[in-house]
Amino acid sequence: MTAGAPDVLIVGAGAVGAACAWELSRGGLRVSMVEEDVVGSGATAAGMGHLVALDGSEHEFALSRFSQGLWAELLPQMPREVEHLQCGTLWVAADDEEMSEVRRKHGYYGAHGVSSEMLDAKQLAAAEPELRVGLAGGLVVPGDSVIYAPAAAQWLVERSGAAVIRGRVERLNGRTAWLGDGTRLEAGIVVNATGARAAKLTAGVPVTPRKGHLAITDRYPGFLRHQLIELGYMKSAHAGGGESVAFNAQPRKTGQVLLGSSRQHGVEDAGVDRMILSRMMKRAVEYLPGIGELQVIRCWTGCRAATPDGAPLIGPWPGEDGLWLATGHEGLGITTAPGTGRLLADLILGRTPCLPAGPYLPARLCHG
Amino acid sequence: MSGGSDVVVVGAGPAGLAAACQAAESGARVLVMDDNAAAGGQVWRGEQGEWQERFARSGAALETGRAVIDERVRERGRTVVLATGARELFLPFPGWTLPGVVGAGGLQALIKSGYDVAGKRVVVAGSGPLLYAVAALAREKGASVMLVAEQAPGAAVAGFVRGLWRHPEKLAQGVGLAMALGGVEAVRGCWVEEAMGRGRVEGVKMRCGRRVWEESCDVLAAGFGLTPNTELAEMLGCHVRAGAVETGDWQQTSVEGVYAAGEVTGIGGVEKSVVEGEIAGLAAAGRRAEAERLFGRRAQWRRFGEELGRAFALREEVKRLARGETVLCRCEDVTVGQLRDRAGWREAKLRTRCGMGACQGRVCGAITRTLFGWGPSKPRPPLYPTRFEDLFSD
Ligand SMILES: Cc1cc2nc3c(=O)[nH]c(=O)nc-3n(C[C@H](O)[C@H](O)[C@H](O)COP(=O)(O)OP(=O)(O)OC[C@H]3O[C@@H](n4cnc5c(N)ncnc54)[C@H](O)[C@@H]3O)c2cc1C
Ligand SMILES: Cc1cc2nc3c(=O)[nH]c(=O)nc-3n(C[C@H](O)[C@H](O)[C@H](O)COP(=O)(O)OP(=O)(O)OC[C@H]3O[C@@H](n4cnc5c(N)ncnc54)[C@H](O)[C@@H]3O)c2cc1C
Repeated sequence: MTAGAPDVLIVGAGAVGAACAWELSRGGLRVSMVEEDVVGSGATAAGMGHLVALDGSEHEFALSRFSQGLWAELLPQMPREVEHLQCGTLWVAADDEEMSEVRRKHGYYGAHGVSSEMLDAKQLAAAEPELRVGLAGGLVVPGDSVIYAPAAAQWLVERSGAAVIRGRVERLNGRTAWLGDGTRLEAGIVVNATGARAAKLTAGVPVTPRKGHLAITDRYPGFLRHQLIELGYMKSAHAGGGESVAFNAQPRKTGQVLLGSSRQHGVEDAGVDRMILSRMMKRAVEYLPGIGELQVIRCWTGCRAATPDGAPLIGPWPGEDGLWLATGHEGLGITTAPGTGRLLADLILGRTPCLPAGPYLPARLCHG
Repeated sequence: MSGGSDVVVVGAGPAGLAAACQAAESGARVLVMDDNAAAGGQVWRGEQGEWQERFARSGAALETGRAVIDERVRERGRTVVLATGARELFLPFPGWTLPGVVGAGGLQALIKSGYDVAGKRVVVAGSGPLLYAVAALAREKGASVMLVAEQAPGAAVAGFVRGLWRHPEKLAQGVGLAMALGGVEAVRGCWVEEAMGRGRVEGVKMRCGRRVWEESCDVLAAGFGLTPNTELAEMLGCHVRAGAVETGDWQQTSVEGVYAAGEVTGIGGVEKSVVEGEIAGLAAAGRRAEAERLFGRRAQWRRFGEELGRAFALREEVKRLARGETVLCRCEDVTVGQLRDRAGWREAKLRTRCGMGACQGRVCGAITRTLFGWGPSKPRPPLYPTRFEDLFSD
């Protein structure tokens, strides 16, 4: 290793790269980062920033729940710009079938130490007056919250003390990254944390883009009280190919309403697709009839990093000595960034892992 | 509704109306869309004139109250003429957000829509010929105009005025304005340093070289020239250079089937807008020979625009009026101090929310461009705040 070279070079300063820098620095390593845009770009600047415990699988729950605990330690230290809003999640059940899912979820959360409260139709109406009448009920999870992720990433990077090099990495291996301008960066190890673009730098990494659309309104304080998600969301989030749309509406600290959530597999271009937005809108009106009256000020898109089994890739990349991955967080990487950083640092430093690492190790998807 | 018209014109100001007339009179099916309640654009708003009458007879259709918010405009016709005009450039100075401080064009529009200035003490400051038009209008409506302050040096403005013999229409307009201004004090090389007042503007601190004084007033109208409305063009993919849409001989943009005319291609006044509109309309209707006959007139008015730009160029001092705590982005309350040392628009936006509010960078982005040399990247739909329902209905 060249004198003065850092112990770790992290490529990509989104939420995940930032959290890795934070944890690795705290573990005593010297960290540098390369970012072609601004700290907290990529999906981090596009997504909704909902910190949510999801129970799609045991390992999804484990990582999101563990990460929420880390967020709880971090958020009180973070500045106002992080716009932390403790609004909780309200999972909305349209009919009796979805009510049975509410009961299942309530049971699961209860058994795993997450407090939640079931609502019947009347309680639902009282909790969220803009919802249409005739919905069956819902489940409130008060511990979930909302942040502005780019500000959190910036804070993590600043506090980690990591040097941030501005540039685009064109090529990398386990010790070196080459920038577009010919600069060569050496390090003890290299972490590919470039989100949905990870496979562009490391051939064979099983990450594919999954595009999402968003629309934000002018300020309407009080219009929403909770992050609202339809119970069908998990089906949509975990569906394989094609396109899907689910109702997902979020109150921002600014009083704005942020509307998601669509998924288009394999689509990468950043353009706004009116048909998708229009489907999102129609879905939202089915739940919030009054939303049609709100003024939209901007629509945009972002790219999630999807993996074949829906779990992120955290750990060494078997194909290349010294190369580590922290990517593949699909629609949950803001929530799971701190846990990712901790787990990666545990593995790199040879500490006892904070979670059983198996379900997240890239090796699980490399056959033969 | 694909291909409903042959030519779709966005903007019903001088350029748009001229384009629509020429295209419709050539037999094309023409649709004009404008977000205002009536045709006329900035300068002919609510007035009747030669072009409005000609437009009424031309057979072109007009949709008013209709903001074009995204690229779907291309589905409305085969060719599109962008005649989206310009907006006022604001620059921040201490006190610029006080009630009673408005833009120069803003005051003009307010008066035209019925705002009563009778008996009010008005100071008009900033840059460009618009200041005199506003002052004359305010005076005509009974305001006491205390002062018209142009930041450009006296010599530059005098040189510009001397050159006006080349543009007799403008000379006549200038003489008319001078008469309408009567005894109003008009100073050059002079600018507003600060607006002061408790709760609303009560006075302004003016500077003329070394001389600094305070002037009491009820209204401060401050505008620093115009900046082209290029957002729709950018959304359609047209090349924009130095803040204006690039066009070729026929007013065509870099995008096939999209033309641009008027202030959106560069600030030059109403005559430049009209002749560019005519050329665009004729070319869009396939009458290039007729269009070509107007090239000489266009060259003359473009020259006028360049002279205007040189004479009223902004001095460095007016770009440094704001203090660290002066607000720059009014939608999100971001100060100059929070923005000054940013590397660019994206960093500013992600770190401070600058440009993330309802104006989406239309106001603050033009300011950061002028002050720091960087501004918003390609706009995202909708161009203007739009009800969810209207955004997604067909
Ligand atoms: C529409 C949408 C909604 C979402 N909502 C939520 C939510 O509510 N809650 C939640 O937890 N998660 C959500 N997510 C997911 C979350 O945003 C992502 O999982 C997370 O941001 C991933 O972070 P990352 O750091 O891995 O990648 P990114 O944020 O994409 O960061 C990668 C960084 O790498 C840089 N980079 C890439 N290539 C190079 C290169 N060659 N050289 C140098 N730099 C490079 C990029 O500029 C970028 O800054 C959402 C995502 C989307 C798209
Ligand atoms: C605030 C202001 C005040 C002015 N005052 C004077 C004056 O007193 N005297 C003078 O000689 N010149 C004045 N000018 C300059 C004068 O307006 C121009 O020379 C002339 O009007 C330019 O013509 P145009 O057709 O290019 O643009 P405009 O007259 O600006 O017309 C553009 C039209 O397009 C509409 N439009 C823009 N975008 C969209 C969209 N996306 N969807 C739908 N409609 C859209 C606008 O609302 C407007 O009606 C003023 C300019 C401004 C900005």
